[in-house]
Amino acid sequence: MSEYIKELLYKMADDQLIIGHRNSEWTGLGPLLEEDIAFSSMAQDKVGQSQHLYQLLHELGASDPDTVAFTRNAKQFHCCQLVELPIGDYSFSIVRHFLFDFAEALRFEALSNSSFQPLAQVARKFKGEIKYHTLHANTWMQQLGNGNEESKAKMQSALNEAWPYALGIFEKGHFENQLIENKVFFGEEALKQQWLDLVSPLIKKAGLKVPHGTKNTKGIGGRVGIHTEYLQPLLNEMTEVYAIDPSADW
Amino acid sequence: MKSLDPRIARAKIELDNPDFSLENQGHFPTYEVFHQKKRGAQHQHVGIVHAPNPEMAMLYAKEQYTRRGKTANLWVVASSEIFATEYFDEDMFENTPDKKHRDPTSYKVMDKIKAFKENQQNQ
Amino acid sequence: MYGNAYIDPNDPKNKLIAGEDPAKLQAFEETILAGKKIEPQDWMPVNYRKQLVRMIEQHAHSEIIGALPEGTWITRAPGFRRKLALMAKVQDEVGHAQLLYAAAETLGKSREDMINDLISGKSKYSNVFNYPAKTWADSAVIAWLIDAGAIVNQLANSKGSYGPYCRALERICYEESFHLKYGHDNVVHLATGTKKQRAMVQDALNRWWPPIMHFFGPSDKESVHTEILMRWKVKMASNDDMRQQFLDMYVPKIWDLGLTLPDKKLRKNPETKKWMYTEPDWDEFKRVINGDGPCNAERLAVRRMAEQRGRWVRKAIVNPKDSYVKPFA
Repeated sequence: MSEYIKELLYKMADDQLIIGHRNSEWTGLGPLLEEDIAFSSMAQDKVGQSQHLYQLLHELGASDPDTVAFTRNAKQFHCCQLVELPIGDYSFSIVRHFLFDFAEALRFEALSNSSFQPLAQVARKFKGEIKYHTLHANTWMQQLGNGNEESKAKMQSALNEAWPYALGIFEKGHFENQLIENKVFFGEEALKQQWLDLVSPLIKKAGLKVPHGTKNTKGIGGRVGIHTEYLQPLLNEMTEVYAIDPSADW
Repeated sequence: MKSLDPRIARAKIELDNPDFSLENQGHFPTYEVFHQKKRGAQHQHVGIVHAPNPEMAMLYAKEQYTRRGKTANLWVVASSEIFATEYFDEDMFENTPDKKHRDPTSYKVMDKIKAFKENQQNQ
Repeated sequence: MYGNAYIDPNDPKNKLIAGEDPAKLQAFEETILAGKKIEPQDWMPVNYRKQLVRMIEQHAHSEIIGALPEGTWITRAPGFRRKLALMAKVQDEVGHAQLLYAAAETLGKSREDMINDLISGKSKYSNVFNYPAKTWADSAVIAWLIDAGAIVNQLANSKGSYGPYCRALERICYEESFHLKYGHDNVVHLATGTKKQRAMVQDALNRWWPPIMHFFGPSDKESVHTEILMRWKVKMASNDDMRQQFLDMYVPKIWDLGLTLPDKKLRKNPETKKWMYTEPDWDEFKRVINGDGPCNAERLAVRRMAEQRGRWVRKAIVNPKDSYVKPFA
């Protein structure tokens, strides 16, 4: 089966798994009880979505989702670097959630018309979940950006830090042209433009400045297996129990 | 602090943080949450959330009260806006037996119809 | 998940009905006797309110602290099925805390005050969460057996007299049944798995058995206090009865898996139909309640950290003019 579809699925599945894993680190430690619950739900949605995408890969000949997710090393992962960064302060987690989830929403919206039917179906299935994620993300962006001086400063600084990595979401893979030609996906460049048009006014509305630059200089490489120092330790941790005996039934 | 939880270990917290003191955290308003399972069903009170405004209350009500099962619609209402009876006025709702005129079971006409029909036939 | 509230029956402060209006007290007790629930707006004896606040608050704290031992494994759960389930389970514990704080709030104490009392050490939570979850198998044993104990306790309490607490418990018990199934499934997989898995779960069981036996608290002393709390349907079952019920339901299931329990005396007396066991070490129980358990300091330090890290978020969105509003129901 077509390598270009696999490449797309791997990067999407890896993104969802790693950001879901990161966001789950807040469960039980969040800033407000109700927020703790909401943030955990979204982390579960992301991990669940990644499992669906790994399942599509499995149907295209890859190993089962557990093996794919729990036995590869960092070099074999295709997530963007943005998702692997540590959770940091809540401002960083919210900003990452905002930047990533709006890109994800647009990506899935585009994919719901993909010529690759199984992916189009999955994209339509996730629509409702993603709608809530972007609503949550934007509500917090507006609340904290327009909050008090402290929250505004924290959000701006988190935004400046995350921005170059967020541009790395749109790093092209090896098979970008085939994806576009075969109408599987309209391409990263088009997605990035849609995303900039969508998030820029929302950032401004939150009283924050859109960071300069739309060309990524750092945060690039994730799609081809080049990662920050944070991904391998994350994977070591995630697979610690699984690795005791990968053939066991846990 | 050494912790078995890698998340805690990463946070590098001190067991006895000398900088920590209790603070008055302020309060968020309280919102009552009403849940409708499916179209056509009644909304039911399911609990409360605390949030700074109705939008965030809705955001929270969604995950606290609908993460299992089906939902068609959700309301949040500020608790302070609810006007209710007092429980000590519960006796006000007691319906005495002579209010039978409100009950469907107190209208029994079948006997009359039966007698009327028999009467007609006999004529 | 839940821990048993510890109410010292010999506390001289608890002269439960001193100073109450006899007519109101009688009406209140008649309502309860008739099997009706008490609602937040009702008149209630000062000590009914106090005991309930204390009990529901401790229960809520136990949920939020109870999220920590299992949270230890949230980033390490093996495979998608376990990863998702553990996330959902720990999330539910936080959700239960939210529901229980809300129930306690109807009695006049704000969530913020309760949380401050937790992190200052003034208010207690279930002792069982002061023990560490050393391996993945510990998280399985907790999910199965601590939640099983919690269900015994909560089902009893859900038939109590205070409406908001009963309503919260009804929802909580429903969710606990998922926890119990998840925990059992997890333990069964380990117990029927590889040698390593089996050894892991046996070790975890050995570690957790003493805290589990402590879970329901020491035998209740017969006292006027206990009698009144039972009459008011604040306390619904004796600690020993709940422990017996737990042993009856779960020891056979544990033995079914060929696992052993670290108590040679543990057996059911066929004549009395009661379980016999080595008396738990109640001195240790008290030591841990008073702060000297393996994880007390960590648990509170973590809650303090969470509060402290969340303060700027609260401050940014709180309106200083807003005051505490009691939940309506």
